[in-house]
Amino acid sequence: MDIFVQQLINGVVLGSIYALVALGYTMVYGILGLINFAHGEVVMVGALVSITAIGALGAATGTPGPLLLVAGLGIAVLACMLLGALLERVAYRPLREAPRLTALITAIGMSIVVQNLAMLAWGRQYLSFPAVLPNEPMSLLGATVTGTQLLIVGLTALAMFGLMALVNRTRLGRAMRATAQSPALASLMGVNVDRIVVATFLIGSALAALAGVMVAGYYGQAHYHMGFMLGLKAFTAAVLGGIGNIPGAMLGGLALGVIESLGAGYIGALTGGFLGSHYQDVFAFAVLVLVLVFRPSGLLGERVADRA
Amino acid sequence: MSTLALALEDVAHAFGGVQALAGVSLAVPAGCVYGLIGPNGAGKTTLFNVITGFVTPDRGRCLLHGAPITGLPVHEVAAHGLARTFQNIRLFAEMTALENVMVGLHRQGTTGVLGAVLRTAGARREQADFSRRAADLLERVGVSGHAGRRAGTLPYGLQRRVEIARALATAPRILALDEPAAGMNAAETDALRALIAGLRTDGLTVLLIEHDMRLVMGLCDRLAVLDRGRLIAEGPPATVRGDPAVIEAYLGHAPVAGAAC
Amino acid sequence: MPEARRLRLLGLALGLAALLLAPFLVDALLGRAWVRVLDLVLLYAMLALGLNIVVGYAGLLDLGFVAFFAVGAYLYALCASPHFGLHLPFWLLLPAAALLAAAFGMLLGAPTLRLRGDYLAIVTLGFGEIIRIFLNNLNAPVNLTNGPQGITMIRPIEIAGVSLARPLEIAGLTLPSLYLYYYLFLALAALALVISARLEGSRIGRAWIAIREDEVAARACGVNTRDLKLLAFALGASFGGVAGALYASFQGFVSPESFGLTESIMILCMVVLGGMGHVRGVVIGAAILVALPEALRYTGPLQRVLFGSVYIEPSDLRLLLFGLALVLVARWRPAGLWPSPVRRRELAERHAPGGVEAGR
Repeated sequence: MDIFVQQLINGVVLGSIYALVALGYTMVYGILGLINFAHGEVVMVGALVSITAIGALGAATGTPGPLLLVAGLGIAVLACMLLGALLERVAYRPLREAPRLTALITAIGMSIVVQNLAMLAWGRQYLSFPAVLPNEPMSLLGATVTGTQLLIVGLTALAMFGLMALVNRTRLGRAMRATAQSPALASLMGVNVDRIVVATFLIGSALAALAGVMVAGYYGQAHYHMGFMLGLKAFTAAVLGGIGNIPGAMLGGLALGVIESLGAGYIGALTGGFLGSHYQDVFAFAVLVLVLVFRPSGLLGERVADRA
Repeated sequence: MSTLALALEDVAHAFGGVQALAGVSLAVPAGCVYGLIGPNGAGKTTLFNVITGFVTPDRGRCLLHGAPITGLPVHEVAAHGLARTFQNIRLFAEMTALENVMVGLHRQGTTGVLGAVLRTAGARREQADFSRRAADLLERVGVSGHAGRRAGTLPYGLQRRVEIARALATAPRILALDEPAAGMNAAETDALRALIAGLRTDGLTVLLIEHDMRLVMGLCDRLAVLDRGRLIAEGPPATVRGDPAVIEAYLGHAPVAGAAC
Repeated sequence: MPEARRLRLLGLALGLAALLLAPFLVDALLGRAWVRVLDLVLLYAMLALGLNIVVGYAGLLDLGFVAFFAVGAYLYALCASPHFGLHLPFWLLLPAAALLAAAFGMLLGAPTLRLRGDYLAIVTLGFGEIIRIFLNNLNAPVNLTNGPQGITMIRPIEIAGVSLARPLEIAGLTLPSLYLYYYLFLALAALALVISARLEGSRIGRAWIAIREDEVAARACGVNTRDLKLLAFALGASFGGVAGALYASFQGFVSPESFGLTESIMILCMVVLGGMGHVRGVVIGAAILVALPEALRYTGPLQRVLFGSVYIEPSDLRLLLFGLALVLVARWRPAGLWPSPVRRRELAERHAPGGVEAGR
C-alpha cells in the first residue's frame, strides 16, 4: 500500500508538470489546429535559462535562495515568451493558409532548430540546478513528500486557476474563446485574430517556462534534449483530456502522470519481470495510441476551431 | 410512375445540439433535374453529406435506385452510382485536369501494383483507355484545351467543369452538384445550364443545390425546399414559387452572402 | 533518327557510363573514403524512395520511418551473425526483410491510418521511438537484440559464392569491396526508382496522390482510401526493410543508436527537399544530405586554420541544418528544390508565348 501511495504522489507531481505543458499544446491546437512541436523545446529553454540566470545572479549578488528562484523564474518566463512569439511570427504565421503537411513540417523543423541551437549554446552536458529549492522530506499518508513536490503541485494549481480566471472572466479570455470557436466569425466581430494568436503563444510559453524551471528543480538537472520526451508526453496528455479543451489538458496531465507512475512502479510485477521500468516511456505512447484509436475526442471532448 | 433514383425516409441528424435535419423525406424520380433550395443554414449540404455517405444520420434511410445506402462508406456509395461535386471546389490541385478526371475512373480499373510495375499489356491498355475516356469527358464539359495543365492553375469556371467531368467519370446514375453556379457570371451560368440539361437528356438524374434562382427555375423539373432542417415544400418550380411557406422562409431570413448552409 | 531522340539516347548512355564508372572516378578524385559515402548515398536513396511513397505520394507524414530500417537491419543481423549462430543467404533474407518490414508497416497502419495528419505524425514518431526502446532493452531476460551493445560480426553478402567483403579480380581489374557493394546497391536503388516511377504514373499512384491532395474528394471518386493508405505504408516500409538488411551486411554491425529520430528526420528532409513525390528530386536530396555532413567535416580543420580552434563541431551542425532545411523549404519552396516535370513544363510555358499543351 505504501508503494501505491508513494507512486500516486509521484504521479500527481509528474502529472502537474505534464498539465502545465499540455496547456500550451492544447491552446495552440484549439486556435490554429496545429501541433506546436517546438513547445517541448520552449520548456527546455526555460529550464536552461533559469539555471544560467540563477547561477549568474547567485554568483554576482549572493542573494538568498527563494529570491534567486523567483528571479530565475521571471527571467525564464521572459525568455520563453520571447521565443514563443518569435516562433509564431517567423514560422507559423506565414503558413496559416498553407496545406497541413507543410505547416507540420515547419513545426518539426522549428523544433529541431531550437533544440540544436540550445545544444550549441549550452553544450551537450547535463546542467545542475542550483540548490535553491526546499528538499527536506516530510511524511504524508505514509509516504515521503518533499517541499519541492508540494511547491510544484501548488504552483501548478495556482497557474491553472489563474488561467481559468483569465479565460472565463476577462475580455482577452472572451476573445480567445471566440477565436478558438471560429476565427472567421471572431474576426467579423472585431477581434484581432493575429493578436489573440500571439497572446495564446505568450501564455503557453510562460506556462512552459514555469514547467521547465520546476522540472529542472525537481530532477536537479536540465539537458538540451529534455524537451523532446516531455513534449511528446504532454501532447499525449492534451489529447487524453480532449485537445483544445483547457480543463481537459489539466485532467489529462494528471491522469497521464498517475498512469505512468503507477505503471512504472508495478510493471515488473505485472509482467513477471519481463519488462522493467525502462519501458516507462512506452506507457505514454500506449496511452496515446489507445486514446486516438478508441476515443479520439479525449476524456472531456475536443474543441477545435471551425475552419470550414 | 418512373422509378425512383433516390428515396429518403425520415432522415434526421443533429450536430452537437443543433438539429441540422429534422426528419426529411424525399422522392427523386429518375432522369430529372431535382433542385434543393432553401435559405442558408437550412441543412442542404448536410443532406448532401448524408446522401453521399460523409455523415451517418441519427435516424432514417437512404435508398439509391432501391438499394439501401445509409451508413455505407463514401467510396461504396460512389460505387453504387452516386457522384458529387463540392461547394468549395475540391480538385487535386497538383495533378493535371486530365489526371483529375482519370482518378474518377479509378473504380473501373483493375491495374494493381504488379501490373503497374511490370507494365503488363493489360495495364498499358487500361492506361490508354483511361486517358482517352478522360479526354472525352473533358471535351464534353468544354475543357479539352487545358487537359495538361495543373488543376490548381485553372481559372475558377474551368475548375468547376473539371470537377463535374471527374464526377461524370465515375459513371454515376445520380450526379449531386453542390452550388455549381457559385461565383459564375451570366454567360458561364447559361453554359452550365446547357451542360446539365444535356446530362439529363443522356439519362442522368441530377440533384442540385443552388441559390441562383434563374438557373433553378429554368432548369429543374422539381424542387424541394428546406428550411431549418425541414421540408416545407415540394413540387414543380411553378407551384413551389408561389407557396406562401416558401416565401415566408426566404423573406423571414436575412440573406448572409456566401455563408455555408 | 530524329535529333531530339538521338540526343536523349546519348544522354542516357553517358548517364549509364557515369553511374558504372562512378566508384572509379570518386576514388581517383576524392579518395577511397568517399566511395563509402557513395555507397551510403545509394542506401539512403532507397530509404528516401520508400518514405517518398508514404509521404510524397500518399501524403502520410511518417516521422518514425527509421523503425522499418531497423527491423530489416536487425532481421539480417540476427540471421547472419554469430548471435544466434545462423548464416542464412541474402536471397532469403532480403525478401524476408521486405516482408517483415511490410508487416510492421501494416501493423502500424491498421489502427492509425484514419487519424488526422498531425496525430498520425505523432503516433508514427512514437512508434519509431518504441521500436528503438525495445531494441535497446530486449536483452533480458531473453537476449534477443543484445541491447545497447548491438550485434557485431554480421556476415557480408555472398552472391554466387563471391563475398562482397573481399576484393574481386575481374577482367584484369581488382574491384575492392566498396565497389562491389556499390554495384549491388546501384542495382537495387535503380529497381526502387523504377518501381516508384512506374507506380507514380499508374492507377495506384494517381489514387495515392489524390488522397494526398484531397482525401475527401478522393473518397467521393470511389477510391478506397483506407486500403490504399495501408498499401502505401506497407510498400514504403518494405523499401526500408531491404535497405536495412543491406545496411547491416555493409556495416557488419548494428546497434539501436543508429536507428533514432535523427535518421527519420534526415530521410524526411530528403523527401521534402526533393519535392513530395518527385522521384529524381528525392534521390538528389539523398545525395546532398548524405554527402553534405561528410563535406562539413572538413570545416573542423578549416576553423582551426582560420580561427585557431574549433568553435563549432561539424557534427553538431548536422541536425541543425536539417531542421533549417525543413523550415526554409516548407516556407519558400514547398514543392521541393527541383521542379517536378509538370511544374517544369508550366515554367517553360510561361516563358513561351501562346501554346498550351493538350495533355500527356
